[in-house]
Amino acid sequence: MSDLVSQNVNMIFRSPKGETVHALKDISFKLKKGELLTVLGPSGCGKTTLLNIAAGFLRPTSGIITLGDNEINGPGVERGMVFQQGALFEWLTVAQNVNFGLRMKKEDPIKTAKKVEEWLEIVGLQGFGNTPTYQLSGGMQQRVALARCLINDPDLILMDEPLGALDALTREKMQSLVLKIWKETGKTIILITHSVEEALLLGERVYVMAPRPGRIHKEYKLPFANMGLKEDLREIKNNNEFVSKREEILSMIWDMEEEIMGKEN
Amino acid sequence: MITGIVTFLIIFAVIGSILYGQRLVKTEKSDAVFGNPERAKGGVHWVIVGSSFLLFTWLYYSWDIAKAFYPKSANELCQVAKVNESLLSLKYLFPIEERSHKSTALIKRENINISDKIIEIQNSPNLKEQDKEKFVNLLNKTRKTIPLLTNEKYLEYETKNIIDELTNRINKLTENFSKDTYPPPLSEEEENKRIEALKKQLGWGATGMEVPPLPESKVGLKFHTASQELNLVSDEFFAMRNHHPAYLNLLKEIRDEIKEYKDGLNEEQVSEMTYIKEIKKLGQRIEYESVFPPYALDEMEKAIRAFDKVQKKEQGATRIKDMLLFPGGTIVASGPTCAEDGPGRWLPKPSDTFRIFGDLLKPSVGFKMIPMIWYEMMGVNRIVGFFLPDWIADIMPGKYPVHTSDGTVEPNFKSKVLDVVTGEFEAFKIPVPTGHIWDSFLRVFLGLTLGIIFGVPLGIFMGLNRFAKGFFDPLVELYRPVPPLAWAPLVITVFGIDNVGKVFLLFMVSFSIMIISARAGASGTQLSKIHAAHSLGASRWQILREVIFPNSLPEILTGVRVAVGMCWGTLVAAEFLAGTSGIGFVENVARKYMQYEVIWITIFVMGMLGLLFDVTIRKIIDKTIPWRGKG
Repeated sequence: MSDLVSQNVNMIFRSPKGETVHALKDISFKLKKGELLTVLGPSGCGKTTLLNIAAGFLRPTSGIITLGDNEINGPGVERGMVFQQGALFEWLTVAQNVNFGLRMKKEDPIKTAKKVEEWLEIVGLQGFGNTPTYQLSGGMQQRVALARCLINDPDLILMDEPLGALDALTREKMQSLVLKIWKETGKTIILITHSVEEALLLGERVYVMAPRPGRIHKEYKLPFANMGLKEDLREIKNNNEFVSKREEILSMIWDMEEEIMGKEN
Repeated sequence: MITGIVTFLIIFAVIGSILYGQRLVKTEKSDAVFGNPERAKGGVHWVIVGSSFLLFTWLYYSWDIAKAFYPKSANELCQVAKVNESLLSLKYLFPIEERSHKSTALIKRENINISDKIIEIQNSPNLKEQDKEKFVNLLNKTRKTIPLLTNEKYLEYETKNIIDELTNRINKLTENFSKDTYPPPLSEEEENKRIEALKKQLGWGATGMEVPPLPESKVGLKFHTASQELNLVSDEFFAMRNHHPAYLNLLKEIRDEIKEYKDGLNEEQVSEMTYIKEIKKLGQRIEYESVFPPYALDEMEKAIRAFDKVQKKEQGATRIKDMLLFPGGTIVASGPTCAEDGPGRWLPKPSDTFRIFGDLLKPSVGFKMIPMIWYEMMGVNRIVGFFLPDWIADIMPGKYPVHTSDGTVEPNFKSKVLDVVTGEFEAFKIPVPTGHIWDSFLRVFLGLTLGIIFGVPLGIFMGLNRFAKGFFDPLVELYRPVPPLAWAPLVITVFGIDNVGKVFLLFMVSFSIMIISARAGASGTQLSKIHAAHSLGASRWQILREVIFPNSLPEILTGVRVAVGMCWGTLVAAEFLAGTSGIGFVENVARKYMQYEVIWITIFVMGMLGLLFDVTIRKIIDKTIPWRGKG
């Protein structure tokens, strides 16, 4: 029973000048084990803050967030994180990067080497073990980041716009990879994205967040992620239901953006 | 010989490269337009031209080309310089290189001096009126001595005779000088002596010999003999005094008056004493100056001008060599010796420089009894004694041995340990580097290593911790901006002029640089990498060692590169200040003894070593942080 439960989480940032920013307001949700949640919203709506709280990098101003029976109050191995730019250690090779977590746990290097090989194969990087990471393309770097996170066998995977910096083709391949991994490992995943299409494609559940104060505006339960496991992603994108949902959410976000612009003017 | 070959090679290389460059421009595709950086690519031939020009400038301005092609030219120019030197004092009498006659200038000056003194005396508040009158009277009398020197009437027959005779001698010299028979042959004995002396004479640029002074060629001998003759003329002229009895009488009258007045003074009349002495001095100056009537020396002037013309003509090829091959200066004479005056003096000739460099590199010669870089055999015991601290023996159980009543000392375990830690035992020997270059290198290496060992951890700590940053910042920021050499006197006083002081100074230099670079590296670590490490389960220490340290490596190594340069510069200057070895010490001693070749060699060695350091560190940087700029 390692569900992620958030109860009335509030996050208030105080700037040195004394101004306060209500980044998250009364966020409550429950994510069951094995669910894939995508979070969508205009910039400044607190998506990343929420993720950082879940990762334990930030402590909420009030409220509690728990994973299973444990309250989250610091970073931990059971919550893996994948960053937008990969955040790979460029002084290590691909294999050393993937091995990093295991090495930190001081596991037997011979055993871990085998595990690293397996994971490199899963993410499609067999044979790249000795390549320096700075020689990889963006998509390959994200594959390394995924493998590095997954090799630790976390209960929860937090992805902060992991595919944001990739070109369209690579992005589609990586979306398939995320779905494949989700299905094969049965991990709980929270994925933050800017792309409505991606949120709909990958999200079993989708939260659309609204800014100022950051809150969950609307929640969807969608079938597309499960469809994506069997069908071609491009076919799903042409699905009528998919298109109408996409338009609905897009116009919602546009309204929010306009509201923000209006406030600023 | 080698210089000559090199000179020709340079000329061929330059011409060849320029022709190649011309052809390249013609054959190249003209798709490159102005501003296209492609145009700057390649061009080894221009590197050849550039280096050749540098080398040629060195060869030319150090007068090495002159030495290579005309090794006797300096000797000949020396003889010419001797004539010029002898002529100079005579020339100064006339408006040849000056604007007016010497006599005219002297009279003008002395008149002004006397007038000034009169005004000064009349305005003096310390003198009584009667004294003033007396002094002015004396000065006016002194002034009256001048016409007795400049009036044709008072030019004595005897003086006239001497002037005529000297003029004749110069004229005769002029007449003979262009003849082949000049100089007249010496007696056999003298000629042999001359040849003997010539055999002993060293060549141009040999150690301890700047320019050989004895004439080696026929033309040289001619000028040498003429200069000796001119010296005699000039000596006789300046020994001659244009003193008519009328002048001497007036002078005696003035002197007697002054003596009488002086005798009447008591000790308290200080200013009167001062003035009377000055008045006496004015008269004396006029007495010893060679003042003649306006046209008395006209014939002599003509004779000197004529000789000057002839000797210039006789210089012939030597003069052209001087103009073409001795740029920026020439050979000058001073009495019997000659010297280079110009770049030939302070810019050593490549041939001499390489010869002396070769000597310095010989371990048996070196500099000040220390080789430049060599090795010596050192017992392992001394190394062990250096590294093991003596207190190891002190903490051993027992007591040090006490002498026995029969006057011997029995070693025990504790004393044996002491022997080991102080290096007092027999051991095999290993070669250890030694010498000036090694000493300098070792100092930089030690100072830098200490700076890295202490600076990097502290810098990283300061980059991550508010307390550390605040606490250590004032310390570092207060001493860092002070130029390292400003610390040198203090550091040397505290730690001594030997290695400890210098290493500490270099430590100070590298320490602050390493702190700043490590700090920048640590605080510049991307937060996402630290987050990633955290969620991968790394502990604080692991994050420090596995993420923050490797991430700061580029900055740290750049800091090392800067620190090496700074340390090197500081070291050389510190060795200038004090010490008995090191490359800076060599330069400082060479400067004291004006060994320009050695100075240039040290400059060259320092440049090469600095370059070597930089290239080594750049290689290390490329090897250890290939990801730099790609992360």
